[in-house]
Amino acid sequence: MWRYANPTVFLGIAARLIPILSVLAAGLAVVGLWIVFFVAPADYQQGQTVKIMYIHVPAAWLAMGCYSVMALSAIGTLVWRHPLADVSNKAAAPLGAAFTALCLLTGSLWGKPMWGTWWVWDARLTSVLVLFLMYCGVIALWNAIEDPTRAGRSVAILTLVGFVNIPIVKFSVDWWNTLHQPARVIRLDGPTIDPSMLWPLLIMAAAATLLFVALHLAGMRNEILRRRVRTLGLLAASQDEAPGLAVAEGTR
Amino acid sequence: MFGLGPHGGFIVASYAAAVLIVGGLILRAVLDHRAQKTALARLEERGARRRSDRARDGRP
Repeated sequence: MWRYANPTVFLGIAARLIPILSVLAAGLAVVGLWIVFFVAPADYQQGQTVKIMYIHVPAAWLAMGCYSVMALSAIGTLVWRHPLADVSNKAAAPLGAAFTALCLLTGSLWGKPMWGTWWVWDARLTSVLVLFLMYCGVIALWNAIEDPTRAGRSVAILTLVGFVNIPIVKFSVDWWNTLHQPARVIRLDGPTIDPSMLWPLLIMAAAATLLFVALHLAGMRNEILRRRVRTLGLLAASQDEAPGLAVAEGTR
Repeated sequence: MFGLGPHGGFIVASYAAAVLIVGGLILRAVLDHRAQKTALARLEERGARRRSDRARDGRP
């Protein structure tokens, strides 16, 4: 893990991986969408509206998965002080917010024709809204503190406190009576969804996950470059005042 | 709508939202990368170099 702690090494790896992951994600998305619209059957109850599931469910999984990545990054910041851990946290937060927003939006668009309402304050929907607000809080805190090291520690604590919501989101449909249907894919006794719908769902989820990884790497690369710009800006300013000063290499 | 049944509008709106959000994320990443590379190049043109770069080039 520490081998990749050097930002320059990481930038080289990211530059090679981002195009590969992007092409794989696009290819899987094309295959997945073709199956969704031309092969997968309509649901016996929901009809064609079930097609919303193929973007709603991957978005929901990524909403939770992204926060889990941020929680691991927070541990990396607080426990191991890994130089790229807070970079990972900062790059993941807007992605998580976007996928959570997509989950809420498509859920609402699915709920109106199926449940007859855009929104209900039940446990699943409310806990996902809280997750979205947590993402917004993390992004706001990153922007509120100028020094990346200080911001990283504060955000890491906030992220870990907010992680308590993840099991609530996952198990809310089991712990409380909700309008939302229970889990159909990630279950101890295996998926209960028909394979004709399960496969396109898994392909779309794989495409979304690869896209997330590519965007996360791209975000981390941009954040490393941003910190270098900040460092060189400080160096340039200090050299204007006292020529000969140097700033050590690092992400900040 | 397009053979998507009576709720086709909801399906189209969902996929349109996905395209907009994912497209926005991709565009943001590309534009941010370009902006940071430009800013870095501008600073290096002004002579600002990291200590490791200067050591590699054999400069003090």
